[in-house]
Amino acid sequence: MIKLTIDNIPIEVEEGTTILQAARKIGGKVVPPAMCYYSKLKGSGGKCRTCLVKVAKSSAKDPRPMPKLVASCSTPVQDGMVVENLTSPEVVEARKGVVEFLLLNHPLDCPVCDQAGECDLQDLSYGFGMEQTTTEEERREFNETDIGPFIKLHMNRCILCYRCVYTADQLTGNRLHGVLYRGDAAEIGTFIKNSIENDFSGNMIDVCPVGALTDRTFRFKSRVWFLKPMNAHRECTKCSGKVTAWMFGNEIYRITGRKDQFGEVESFICNECRFEKKDPDAWIIEGPRQISRKSVISVNHYETLKKPSVIRPIEGRMESTD
Amino acid sequence: MEGTHKISHPQFVREGKQFSFSAATMLKVRQLIARYPQGRQKSALLPVLHIAQEESGGSLTVDIMDYVADLLGLQPIEVYETATFYSMFYLEKTGKYVIEVCRTGPCSIVGGDQIRQYLREVLEIGPGETTPDGLFTLREVECLGSCGTGPVMQVNTRFFENLTPRRVDQILEELREYANKNNPDDIRWQDQFC
Amino acid sequence: MAGSVLLTNIEVPGIRDFAVYRAHGGYQAVEKALRSMTPSDVSAEVTRSGLRGRGGAGFPTGLKWSFLDKRSDKPRYLVCNADESEPGTFKDRYLMQHLPHRLIEGLIISAYALGAGTCYIYIRGEFKYLVGILEKAINETHRNGFLGSDILGSGFSLNIFVHPGAGAYICGEETALLESLEGKRGNPRIKPPFPAFRGLYGCPTVVNNVETLAAVGPIISMGGDAYARIGKGRSTGTKLISACGNINKPGVYEIEMGLPVEEFIYGDRYCGGIRNGKYLKAVIPGGSSVPILPADLILSTAKGEPRLMTYESLAEGDFATGSMLGSGGFIVFDEDACIVRNTWNLTRFYRHESCGQCSPCREGTAWMEKILYRIEHGGGTLKDIDLLVRIARNIEGNTICPLGDAAAWPVASAIRHFRQEFEEHVTDPGKCRNQRTN
Repeated sequence: MIKLTIDNIPIEVEEGTTILQAARKIGGKVVPPAMCYYSKLKGSGGKCRTCLVKVAKSSAKDPRPMPKLVASCSTPVQDGMVVENLTSPEVVEARKGVVEFLLLNHPLDCPVCDQAGECDLQDLSYGFGMEQTTTEEERREFNETDIGPFIKLHMNRCILCYRCVYTADQLTGNRLHGVLYRGDAAEIGTFIKNSIENDFSGNMIDVCPVGALTDRTFRFKSRVWFLKPMNAHRECTKCSGKVTAWMFGNEIYRITGRKDQFGEVESFICNECRFEKKDPDAWIIEGPRQISRKSVISVNHYETLKKPSVIRPIEGRMESTD
Repeated sequence: MEGTHKISHPQFVREGKQFSFSAATMLKVRQLIARYPQGRQKSALLPVLHIAQEESGGSLTVDIMDYVADLLGLQPIEVYETATFYSMFYLEKTGKYVIEVCRTGPCSIVGGDQIRQYLREVLEIGPGETTPDGLFTLREVECLGSCGTGPVMQVNTRFFENLTPRRVDQILEELREYANKNNPDDIRWQDQFC
Repeated sequence: MAGSVLLTNIEVPGIRDFAVYRAHGGYQAVEKALRSMTPSDVSAEVTRSGLRGRGGAGFPTGLKWSFLDKRSDKPRYLVCNADESEPGTFKDRYLMQHLPHRLIEGLIISAYALGAGTCYIYIRGEFKYLVGILEKAINETHRNGFLGSDILGSGFSLNIFVHPGAGAYICGEETALLESLEGKRGNPRIKPPFPAFRGLYGCPTVVNNVETLAAVGPIISMGGDAYARIGKGRSTGTKLISACGNINKPGVYEIEMGLPVEEFIYGDRYCGGIRNGKYLKAVIPGGSSVPILPADLILSTAKGEPRLMTYESLAEGDFATGSMLGSGGFIVFDEDACIVRNTWNLTRFYRHESCGQCSPCREGTAWMEKILYRIEHGGGTLKDIDLLVRIARNIEGNTICPLGDAAAWPVASAIRHFRQEFEEHVTDPGKCRNQRTN
């Protein structure tokens, strides 16, 4: 086992663990935010630079600090390592810079974005963003592209985390989209007109940290914080069938994977469960799901709600804001 | 890209136009693939795309890229991702001669800006455009790695240094003549590798 | 000393041909290495020579070689980085064009030392005519038994292949180069793991610059100690300097490290002074990425000592008053040159060449370019200048690969040393006669 400290908190982890994973074992504020790393996607991480930390001491053997801030998601721990996250003003400064870069061309269209309320970029901005923008330049605008009936692509909101590309690569046999072009003109796209449809493509929505990929079957249906996330499951031949059903009254508005405290799904789900089973009868509703991440969703205290035993007629349905 | 914020990448279409390498070219392509270990044929992607682009008259279409994907056992998106990354692959039809004139610092400070301006004027087109006769495409590119002999430009496989407006005139005239004579002096790049 | 190590015999007619090169002592270093030295003897000579990476980083070559994973049973690769794309740098082009066999000789000896059976020369796609020169030289070498299987009966086998890139400065970064060599986008990899452990196809790989590898032949011929006696201090040997800009004699010069910068700029054997009798204004001494220095600081250090062409002397004073030797791309500006315009121009270059993978570089380079464009074209504010400094600071050190630093340093240094010029472009647009031309 390897011993290290992160923000002065000691922790023991197995060899080969990354600093970020070690921090997640401690939990709480000490965990660096991650916009591109996703533990269930091989090869992810290193790109967004929000999880940068300072290594004040490399190891017991080599007590020198690392010369630059390092991406905690892709830097393995060493015995005797001393890591500084929020205790390092340098890290906080750099992270503010990264947030500024990520927001530089972001359209800030949260009022019309379905991701609002469960957006990693929103959370990050609350944590490290500046109150006012420093840029006068016009924001980058991409042409709109259609990638099929289930997923809506808003390239202007994309932060190029590559998670959806890894998802398509690792979950589906036939990747139709990727990162095209380069530099600040790089974009997610299919290059030719193409519809992304396969049994697991919907997971691209769940892994997207921002509102670049959203669920078309849920488009403008409701703000997420008006919905009650419920653990639900069904017999499914393609996936675990374990999902979160987002309900309003007795109606299911959308289905997603079950996300943990770090925003990652516990298991990937199939498109049939996600897009085609909106009838509550199709599910066994287990009960309210605790959303532990800092989110406005928790403000509604839906957790006290009882599991609905009888399906009642729909009441007080939200009108679409489209 | 200067001062712009709109990014408009066209959405390309499969036209279904048959493309294939000639037997002679295929032999060369097979040799190229053999330079890399078994199962690593994706490594041949850049050289094979260069050859395909040259074979097809200067640019890549979706059909050509799909053909290359098939040849190398790749998914088409892998080829699109790579092809859009590199500045030497042209996704839109080009003129017979692609003039790539350097716009980077070292050339700029020894008269490169004037040469770029001059090319725009004499060809009556802007960067990225092709003359109506289909002869010249003008591209303003980044450093061509010959800063000591700047201003420089490259036209297909030929390289021109120490440019002056007069020298540019001569070159354009020469190229127009070649075009009429069906390019006796044009060298195919692919003949130089392997 | 000039032209006496790497560029020996460059003036000989036909030296590009194997027979002529061989007749002038070529491939004797290969014979010496393969017949009388073990691979570790060769590595030891290179370590003793003090040779440092000539691509820009200046990392000791022998040390880099020693990192190669020796426990792996996977094949090992030697990759020659010929993706010379740093503005102001054209030394590798010159070397490959005139002395391709010097490079191939170095590749054979280096591959022998490393136990690599395959070597790829990754050459930037724009060097179209060099591909033919290299292919021809490799074929000749093959036919003469210095490549292929069981070279000179030593049991050592090697194949060298040329691999053209397709237009991407970023592929000069060694892991982006490897990605590109695998047919992918040139996105630099996250390190660790380093190429010495997981390089090309996940195998142990050494990536070295053309000039670095070309120096290996002469080092074996003369011995590491003799090579180390050339030069000054830890800057051993000779270095190719590609000089350009407003000078009388632009070109590639082989200098002994330690040459005073002043002699290099004004000496008749080198740049021959500033063109048209103008004054020297500034120099970017090591390729466009390194900090620009005003005339007084390039000629002597802040301490008043003469500045020398060495890694150490050019870095003297750190970034406050110093710069870097980098790749040896020496760009000279005369009194008429506009620093603002040049900074904008170079920033546009980095914006165009950013791979777009990590946020500080993707967003930061484009942001800086837009601001500099405004300043250069008369739409800037004084606040913009401080904003540029802050953006450069937020990019520097926070990116996956050194392109972030490479984009940040030119902006930060230009404002550090020429702030007044930036302010004038804001407050008095049009005063600079270079402003707003095209």
